[in-house]
Amino acid sequence: MTRGRHLAAALALALLGGAAFGAADRLSGFDFLGPQTRAMQQDDMSNPGMLSVLDGEALWNRAGGASGRSCADCHGDAAASMRGVAARYPAFDEAAGRPVTLDRRILQCRESRQRAEPFEWESPDLLALSAYVAHQSRGLPVETGADPRLAPFAESGRELFTRPKGQLDFSCADCHDDNWGRHLGGAVIPQAHPTGYPIYRLEWQSMGSLQRRLRNCMTGVRAEPYAYGSPEHAELELFLMTRARGLPMETPGVRP
Amino acid sequence: MARTLINVPATAKRGEVVEIKALISHPMETGFRPASDGALIPRDIIRRFACTYNGEEVFSVDLFPAITANPFLTFTTVANESGEIALSWTDDQGKTQTETVTITVE
Repeated sequence: MTRGRHLAAALALALLGGAAFGAADRLSGFDFLGPQTRAMQQDDMSNPGMLSVLDGEALWNRAGGASGRSCADCHGDAAASMRGVAARYPAFDEAAGRPVTLDRRILQCRESRQRAEPFEWESPDLLALSAYVAHQSRGLPVETGADPRLAPFAESGRELFTRPKGQLDFSCADCHDDNWGRHLGGAVIPQAHPTGYPIYRLEWQSMGSLQRRLRNCMTGVRAEPYAYGSPEHAELELFLMTRARGLPMETPGVRP
Repeated sequence: MARTLINVPATAKRGEVVEIKALISHPMETGFRPASDGALIPRDIIRRFACTYNGEEVFSVDLFPAITANPFLTFTTVANESGEIALSWTDDQGKTQTETVTITVE
């Protein structure tokens, strides 16, 4: 990142009084990638995340559970019914009275409607369905947070984002707001806009959810990571997606 | 059957150099990695990949444990005649998965 961009970011910080960057300054993780990794994500024939999307499509159409129904039996063609859906998640859930992530919604649907065995968190099947659904929103702008009922949860997400954690006493904001564009252990620190999840991460050599990525960072600062499916994850995810409003969805993203 | 993504141009001019891209989902376990219980995860890799064009081998590669999961291979061949391009992956169990695509040469 250039010095000029840092200065612009600092000015934006001063003008917006707390917001780290103005809408025009926001960059997706994609913008920090090298040319080879960009090419890998952009070409569906070389993007390994597309293997998971194809698995998800097969799962979408497979009947299962006590209901004997598939996702497609209720929702129809995902290209129409799921278009733009992932760009609105985490969304407010009436029954729970709090935000739910896309993964949680898929698990709920699977248990209550399809009456099938739930997938485990971070299992390849859950990631595949989640990637398939999110893929239907590719290119559409993130809209999360439009529902006013989400505001208090996004606020607690912000609190989690800025609260120092772990033995190293770092908050997410210390890196991703104050030092984005600089290097940490040879890798560029991005602005933390989760527009490409689930992602194919080259380091993992597999697909992974945002929760896995967040747990990585928490282990990195030697903090106890939140459990999969915990309310903290939903709130953090809600805050991050709200902050990324307007950026295009990229699922499946490829990251180093 | 593992999932594959293959890109071969559907049509080509005679004598044209065409690019073939092949991606297959595979864990490519090295055999050196311990599981959470400390025991080594058994090696499970694709040993060999070969591509035939109307039965004649035009490209092949031996793979080793340092090669990434979901290996992506890209190579070129000369399109001389219409026919079938067959891609086959052979793994540690000796099982072979073959996918074929047709190419029309004008």
